[in-house]
Amino acid sequence: MIAAALIAILFGMALLLLRAFIGPTLYDRILAVNSFGTKTVLALGLLGFVMDRPEFLDIAITYALINFVSTIAILKFFRYRSFQVPLVRRGQGGNADG
Amino acid sequence: MAYFLGLVVALAAFWLGMSGHNTPLILSLGGISLIITCILAYRLDIIDREGSPYVRLVGFLLYFPWLAKEIVKANISVIRACVKADLDIAPALVKVKTVCKSDLAKVTFANSITLTPGTVTVEIEGDKLLVHGLYEQDSQPEAFVEMDQRSARAIDGKGAAA
Amino acid sequence: MAEVFSDILGYWEIVRFPLGALMCFGGAILCLIGTVGVLRFPDIYTRLHAASITDTSGAALVLIGMMLISPGWLVISKLFAICVFIFLTSPTASHALANAAHTAGVQPIIGRVGTSEADGGDA
Repeated sequence: MIAAALIAILFGMALLLLRAFIGPTLYDRILAVNSFGTKTVLALGLLGFVMDRPEFLDIAITYALINFVSTIAILKFFRYRSFQVPLVRRGQGGNADG
Repeated sequence: MAYFLGLVVALAAFWLGMSGHNTPLILSLGGISLIITCILAYRLDIIDREGSPYVRLVGFLLYFPWLAKEIVKANISVIRACVKADLDIAPALVKVKTVCKSDLAKVTFANSITLTPGTVTVEIEGDKLLVHGLYEQDSQPEAFVEMDQRSARAIDGKGAAA
Repeated sequence: MAEVFSDILGYWEIVRFPLGALMCFGGAILCLIGTVGVLRFPDIYTRLHAASITDTSGAALVLIGMMLISPGWLVISKLFAICVFIFLTSPTASHALANAAHTAGVQPIIGRVGTSEADGGDA
């Protein structure tokens, strides 16, 4: 049953890759990659249980953190076209670009 | 000082939950890393109400079961929209006014809206939130009043949402 | 009293493995449904709603199912940490994505969306 769950999640990941390839806008692709990361965390945990090695959960925790940070970093990069810009609050100036 | 103690307790609990080794060497290494993390947090100047928000932990724990119930209810409708044979949705953008005062309460309210499937907070300006909903009839401003008041009560305290 | 308690504990030891496996499978099916929604819905904002099914109910069901079949307290605490991370970070990432799309000028589709338009634009 757990193996079936793992296969279902892997199938969902394959379908998400389809959306990441055909996504009309950039944000569709980022959404697909973010959701892919969440599914990867779940698949890593399930893989640990299938192979009877729950140590895989450590990798899953790390992946959950990296996934969030990478999503924010990609969004920041495509908004400012640079990583050197400090994040400013909207309304206090500094939103010259769109 | 209370914020600092809260940070130390949370970090120690997290370390103990992750490690699982109880030999003196590993424990002392964990203590050293905890001290380094605290020094870094102090130098970054993030030990304040937002850095360790454990003051309203009880209120938040009372708020979470209600939020979980709302999430389950909203999930059912969005799942039905996903698997229905013919696509039948009516997206809408609505402006919602919040009674939350502090930033933390606003964050809690906006995150609750986003965590509930079917509604996403798009923008926050002052005390107005721009919310995108999957169904027009489910995402009128009146639908968020109870969540607003509950999150304000959970974070800001009793008197905030009379 | 103690016998009743140990009886319940014995039943729980028998029951928790099928129950956990069933919850894992249900969560995986919910993840799949969310993916289907991501593929079907017409624009970025509606796709965010479908992706949040995966992030909330699918992840929560799979993680709770893994907690039920877990061998020890250490594994449960790690799964709980993953659960807290996902529940804190996924709405933040969704909001950042929606805000970035809104700032960049991606206009949402407003009003009733029928099957005919969706098939034309999305296939």
